[in-house]
Amino acid sequence: MNSRIILEKKQLDITLDRLCFELIERLGDFENIALIGMQPRGIYLSRRIKEKLIKILGKQPFDYGELDISFYRDDFRRGNDQIIPSELKIDFTIHDKNIVLIDDVLYTGRSIRSALDALTDFGRPAKVELLVLVNRKYSRDLPIQPDYVGIKVDTRANDKVKVEWKENGKKDLVTIITNQS
Amino acid sequence: MKKFSQRHLLGIKDITASDIQLVFETADNFKSIINRPIKKVPSLRDVTIANVFFENSTRTRISFELAQKRLSADIVNFAASSSSVSKGETLIDTVNNILAMKVDMVVMRHPAPGACQFLAKHVKAQIINAGDGTHEHPTQALLDAYSIREKLGSVGGKKVVIVGDITHSRVALSNIICLQKLGAEVMVCGPTTLIPKHIGTLGVKVEHNLMKALEWCDVANMLRIQLERQDIKYFPSLREYSMLYGLDKARLDSLSKEIVVMHPGPINRGVEITSDVADSKHSIILDQVENGVATRMAIMFLLAGQG
Repeated sequence: MNSRIILEKKQLDITLDRLCFELIERLGDFENIALIGMQPRGIYLSRRIKEKLIKILGKQPFDYGELDISFYRDDFRRGNDQIIPSELKIDFTIHDKNIVLIDDVLYTGRSIRSALDALTDFGRPAKVELLVLVNRKYSRDLPIQPDYVGIKVDTRANDKVKVEWKENGKKDLVTIITNQS
Repeated sequence: MKKFSQRHLLGIKDITASDIQLVFETADNFKSIINRPIKKVPSLRDVTIANVFFENSTRTRISFELAQKRLSADIVNFAASSSSVSKGETLIDTVNNILAMKVDMVVMRHPAPGACQFLAKHVKAQIINAGDGTHEHPTQALLDAYSIREKLGSVGGKKVVIVGDITHSRVALSNIICLQKLGAEVMVCGPTTLIPKHIGTLGVKVEHNLMKALEWCDVANMLRIQLERQDIKYFPSLREYSMLYGLDKARLDSLSKEIVVMHPGPINRGVEITSDVADSKHSIILDQVENGVATRMAIMFLLAGQG
């Protein structure tokens, strides 16, 4: 087993800054925008981005929520571990809103599909965009692509991308773990 | 990794405190789902559930049925009164016939204690006990404890008195075990004839004076007098029972503190509880009904997730 660091604290911070400025560049004054982090692991990223945006803009002109997709996953009863739901916090209406979904790693795209289903049960958003910290290229099972990307990486199917946050009791770190076979 | 420890839900006695906490945490999610405009999730869309009721039930059956529909499961309902059971078919045959139609889960209510254990041994489907005779009613105990947790913040350390017909009550037994597993203190209160002789072996306090019991507790769970299960007279008259063990406004107001009042339903207004108490702010009776759907969704989601 080999592990390779792809983002450390300082680079991660720069990447998050860039993502925030990209959001500001494209979304302007954030009117009618909602940022939604995906449970369980995307929320550390979405909370960081929310905090950074508030710092840069001096206010919070957007709605912020956290979405749990446990009940919409397509691998329920497919021989995996028990699915344990996480907390869901969306206390605004998403009807006709422009949503930015936020997750840490985009791999097969199946979680994003579940999230789109889950979102539709809250209403009909005007538009949904996707922001991810790590985009694993050439690994999609579904036709889903991100709009905002922190870093692109080439990985093989049995590699793992691990994202750790200091809020999670770890150091800020993104690594690729390679299983040599 | 958190995991529900059992394949079936036969009784509270078989599950652990962490299973119960897991049900509560999952039920929190479902409670928010059933309070939003679209009250449905697609989780159990490939699961078929049979509701097999060998005894009458309105609220438990409706609660299970709603929970199943909100999880997108396919369901078949079966009531013994209109079935071949009345033609002499055995329990295993009846259920195997239903299972031959590719059913994944069976929710069963049966008048014989242990009927669900027996079934779980002999058929492949996952079994949920919706009440077996005077034995257990685990989903009721879970929704009761969940309602206490919701109202008081936690169950551990709380004092709960269960008042009424303890002998004939499966709700009482499941509640006692569940509350104790969560660290609550439990007392039973009622006339001597309706309290089992050796109930003390469960580690509960026994009190025959309602006022003393109410002064002691944080929560009073008033059980229904189940005249249909009583083969002989256990007390002289309903009027006398209600004078000694009925909860009315005057008794509630004379207490030195506020208590929470619960009732598993259906209520005999004027017998174990008066209307002004049942409809007062102390009562969480309708919260119990709402929480029933959320906890049952949680249980079926957790069990189906193992399949």
